[in-house]
Amino acid sequence: MNGIKDRVAIIGMGCTKFGERWEASAADLMVEAAYEAYADAGIEPGDAQAAWLGTVSSFRTGQPLAEALKLDYIPITRVENACATATDAFRNAAYAVAAGIYDIVLAVGVEKLKDSGFSGLAVPEAPGSDVTPPTPPPSQFAMAATRYFHQYGITYEEGKRTLAQIAAKNHHNGTLNSRAHFQQEIGVDQVINAPMIAWPLGLFDCCGVSDGAAAAIITTPEIARSFRRDYVLVKALALSVGAFGAIRSDWDFTHFPETVRASQSAYQEAGISSPREELDMAMVHDCFTITELIIYEDLGFSPRGGASQDVADGSFTLEGELPVNTDGGLKCFGHPIGASGIRMIYEVYKQLQGKADARQLGKADLGLTHNLGGRPGSFTCSVAIFGAAE
Amino acid sequence: MAGIIAHGAYVPRFRLGPDTAGWMASTERAAANFDEDSVTMAVAAGLDCLGNRDRNAIDGLIFASTTVPYAEKQGAAIIAAALDLRQDIFTADVTDVLRAGTTALRSALDSVVAGAARQVLVVVADSRQGAPRSDTERNAGDGAAAFLLGRDDVVAEFTGFHTITENMLDNWRSSGDSFVRSWEDRFATEEGIERIVPEAVEGFLQKYGLNLQDVDRVALYGPDARRHGRLATSMGLDSQQVQDPLFGSLGNTGAAFPLMLLVSALESANADELLLAISYGDGSDVLAFRTNSLVNRARPGAGGLHGHLKSRSAIASYETFAKWREVWLTDDAARRPAPSSPSVSALWRESNKNLRLYAGRCNACGYVQYPPQRVCVNCRAMDETSPVRLSDKAGEVFTYSMDYIAGAVDTPLVVSVVDFVGGGRIICMMTDRELEEVEVGMPVAMSFRKLRVVNGIHNYYWKAIPRRFGAPAGQQVGG
Repeated sequence: MNGIKDRVAIIGMGCTKFGERWEASAADLMVEAAYEAYADAGIEPGDAQAAWLGTVSSFRTGQPLAEALKLDYIPITRVENACATATDAFRNAAYAVAAGIYDIVLAVGVEKLKDSGFSGLAVPEAPGSDVTPPTPPPSQFAMAATRYFHQYGITYEEGKRTLAQIAAKNHHNGTLNSRAHFQQEIGVDQVINAPMIAWPLGLFDCCGVSDGAAAAIITTPEIARSFRRDYVLVKALALSVGAFGAIRSDWDFTHFPETVRASQSAYQEAGISSPREELDMAMVHDCFTITELIIYEDLGFSPRGGASQDVADGSFTLEGELPVNTDGGLKCFGHPIGASGIRMIYEVYKQLQGKADARQLGKADLGLTHNLGGRPGSFTCSVAIFGAAE
Repeated sequence: MAGIIAHGAYVPRFRLGPDTAGWMASTERAAANFDEDSVTMAVAAGLDCLGNRDRNAIDGLIFASTTVPYAEKQGAAIIAAALDLRQDIFTADVTDVLRAGTTALRSALDSVVAGAARQVLVVVADSRQGAPRSDTERNAGDGAAAFLLGRDDVVAEFTGFHTITENMLDNWRSSGDSFVRSWEDRFATEEGIERIVPEAVEGFLQKYGLNLQDVDRVALYGPDARRHGRLATSMGLDSQQVQDPLFGSLGNTGAAFPLMLLVSALESANADELLLAISYGDGSDVLAFRTNSLVNRARPGAGGLHGHLKSRSAIASYETFAKWREVWLTDDAARRPAPSSPSVSALWRESNKNLRLYAGRCNACGYVQYPPQRVCVNCRAMDETSPVRLSDKAGEVFTYSMDYIAGAVDTPLVVSVVDFVGGGRIICMMTDRELEEVEVGMPVAMSFRKLRVVNGIHNYYWKAIPRRFGAPAGQQVGG
């Protein structure tokens, strides 16, 4: 296995303003993201030889991307892989370049969620017997929080405070990002006292629901050098799909094996042995604050049961040892499902180029993105690692 | 000799009573939760009756109720699956009249006497609805009784019967009516129950050459406490002969009522007592049983009628009850999309998983997994599973959430991960819970409930409930 490390590069990216984009259709969002990416790369709209479109519920095929961008009869594949959709669209596009099939390809992730008329997620399900309990995502992750508190002897008050600090951190980062849906500070007590959504998770423990799109132009490192010096190299692309958790009565609900497996695979591909020391940043899937807490441990940033202490120590703030969700995360961007993964890559890309505005980190050579789709017990998890050009 | 082998009962946990804000009576009545109906209560009573008995010995199931879920589609078939009975059994619904319970019991006994069946299970349940704030609503109760009937090992022998059938429109409910209608009370009482029931009892006594004094206890139907008392007095029954009708704690449970009182009598009867169960509706059934020395043996450990009556919680407010009965409409449209119809082919395919609540135990490695898997989650053995019934296994909550946005009734929705003694884990809703009792490690039992009605399909499944009684024998956690 040769792996993907240093075999493909990103030369341009785009990311729309995320939010309740009442005025924009999914096609409008794709145009916005793609044209920013074209301009950033310095390519013409006709230069992409193939495209991958990530969307969960906005479109069923790749064709709407062709129609929106007037792509010229090129191959387009729609990718749908839960919350890892965008990253998986990127992954498939990158593999096609690495295989030598294409020189320049386009990966776009988009989701238009706010036309549903519902404040939460309204993703249709296939016909079935409908006997499984209605568990919207907050309820599913609340079960992980309940068990995490229980397993580590954390009181409700202690646990809520830890989770609130994660929410407050991400909101602070979001204030420094003009593309974020939410750009205001929230206080720890405000998070703790917010209305309950799914006990023990309150309103500010949950990410928002929003519209958005992001795009990437992917090519080989050789071609990338002819476009720009500050291209970004793909160091690892990992995907782990779980099959066991929910059915096994010996699974603990306090770690997500899919994240562990995907990150181990990615670290190996990228040649990373001490992620906490070697990585400069991580954009992780903070759909809920408890998810981010558990991710710290699953990615090997914190020891098992030790994430709360790291949160208390500020290890993952912008000024911390390993800044996490520097752009504000899902917490501030919301989670247009098919777009989020490439939105995370966009932040790493900008940080590695030194173009992250007020959020810019001092040292930014190696960054990770992470998506977790599904529910505790059966996730689809993507972990990707990117590095600055040599 | 044909008779009763075992008996059981079910009374919902929740009660309207003095602790219910906005309830107009000072007395209590049992009220089915929002996810309970006659089918689910019949299943619960059936489980209470069967205990650890061999369910494969049962040759027939008769379900009696005036509140069956379907006009076309059998309730007994649903109950038989939920109780995990054999498929080659006789099943029937007896419905449309308050006499349905005794009619079902008599039919079952007839088939046992005739030798057509060795054991027949009768489950009778009702959840009749009165208009908001009506006398019917105040006096009604929800509940169920169950009897296992057969020829061997009976605790009370079936010793006689008498029936009068008379077409009588004193109470009625037409298709499409939500509430029971009644004619003028004085007519209904004087030309109805107070004339017909004594005639039936007199006919019974004459038929068997008995005097009223020969009867030890009477499980007597009556619409409410006042009329029940008047009826008993008018028949010349001594107060010691009248089984406590439980008005003020249970309420008139319709077709189930006289049979729940019969269960109550059996729970405290001595050997060699003559018990009568008397129903009323388009006539009257009188059924007679004589207890024998085994009567103590059929008594439930902690459940039964009186166990269930003692296990109770007040409904906080009349508003809650009105929402359960859908007379107080709620708008949850802005929260979630309306549910689509369940797929009937999927329901059929998953019947063993959903209704019989079968997990699979891997024949190769022994791992118990729910839902059953073609490929073992532990050892990947393929198509090597044996069914394990989880519905009667004790469980413990491993983790849970309380969802405040999932719906408008029973908020917050408690979703629990339950681990079973002996293996297996299920993610299911928890019902019949007080929020303060929900915690990791809490002991739970499984209870058959109605999830929702969509497209006219009543979709039933199992939920966890806080254990109302101790763990089933041999299932203590860690034991």
